[in-house]
Amino acid sequence: MDFNQNFILGCSAIGAGLAVIAGIGPGIGQGIAAGHAAAAVGRNPGAQGKVMSTMLLGQAVAETTGLYGLLIAILLLFVKPLT
Amino acid sequence: MEHGILLSGGSEVDFMIHGVFKYSFFGQDVWITTTHVCVLIVMLILIGFCIAANRCMARAGEVPGGFQNVIELIVEKLDGMVSSSMGPAAPRFANYIGTIFIFILMSNISGLLGLRPPTADYGVTLPLALITFFMIRYNKWKYQKPLTIWKDYCSPLPPWLPIWVPINVISNVAVPISLSLRLFANVLSGTAMMALIYGLLRWFATIWPAALHVYFDLFSGAIQTYVFCMLTMTYISNEIGDGTRR
Repeated sequence: MDFNQNFILGCSAIGAGLAVIAGIGPGIGQGIAAGHAAAAVGRNPGAQGKVMSTMLLGQAVAETTGLYGLLIAILLLFVKPLT
Repeated sequence: MEHGILLSGGSEVDFMIHGVFKYSFFGQDVWITTTHVCVLIVMLILIGFCIAANRCMARAGEVPGGFQNVIELIVEKLDGMVSSSMGPAAPRFANYIGTIFIFILMSNISGLLGLRPPTADYGVTLPLALITFFMIRYNKWKYQKPLTIWKDYCSPLPPWLPIWVPINVISNVAVPISLSLRLFANVLSGTAMMALIYGLLRWFATIWPAALHVYFDLFSGAIQTYVFCMLTMTYISNEIGDGTRR
């Protein structure tokens, strides 16, 4: 493996690290959703089941952007499309 | 076996899909991969369970007991889940939703058996999402008038100004992609974590990874199964409106 290949591999690793920074956004978003769900259950404990399923659905949709970042990182690290 | 189907079998970090054997199909080299084998195992487990359930229900008693209780509980919970989010249209979709629910759930928690979960392969999740996509489109054409569909395509703008159509078409096409990538990436991330732990810690990872299996396989898998089915039901019930045929 010559210098160029090693350079591309190292840059791929850095890129993978940068890509998973995308996890910050969903983390904040899911935290806000969970906090509001907790407040809603506190206000109306009878609706816990509905609040739970709505919260899970919203969190799963919000999670997608973070998962795209994870996917890019895994592709860069293990599939090595650039080398 | 050189590279086993078992995830924790190897001595290094390895969570990739491997070919088991290949054959020629109209001049193309086609591989039977570990995913096929895992799907086959999941299918055999489910078919065995279904045959046992069928035998049990054939001589069902008035008062359920034992295995019959379990089957009735599963069917009741699935029917309740479908009817709570689809309303009057529920009986027509309960079979499909129940089927994909059980299949995805079994696939996700097959990591507990040491298999590589089949849903950690994009070739499994994309067809599932495509089935959902075509169901959405077909049910839209079945239950809505063509004029309403055209109005929906131009939706924020009036129907005589169709400059918003490409955006709506793209957002329709994005549905199966995001649906399949969500399931795939969630399961794959769990698989990658478990493979890293087993591959890097070797003998040190003996008993305590069971707790991680509970999170990555059971909890995350069940949540993602629920989300896939809920989103499928939500999309379909959005498109069919009040559920009366045109």
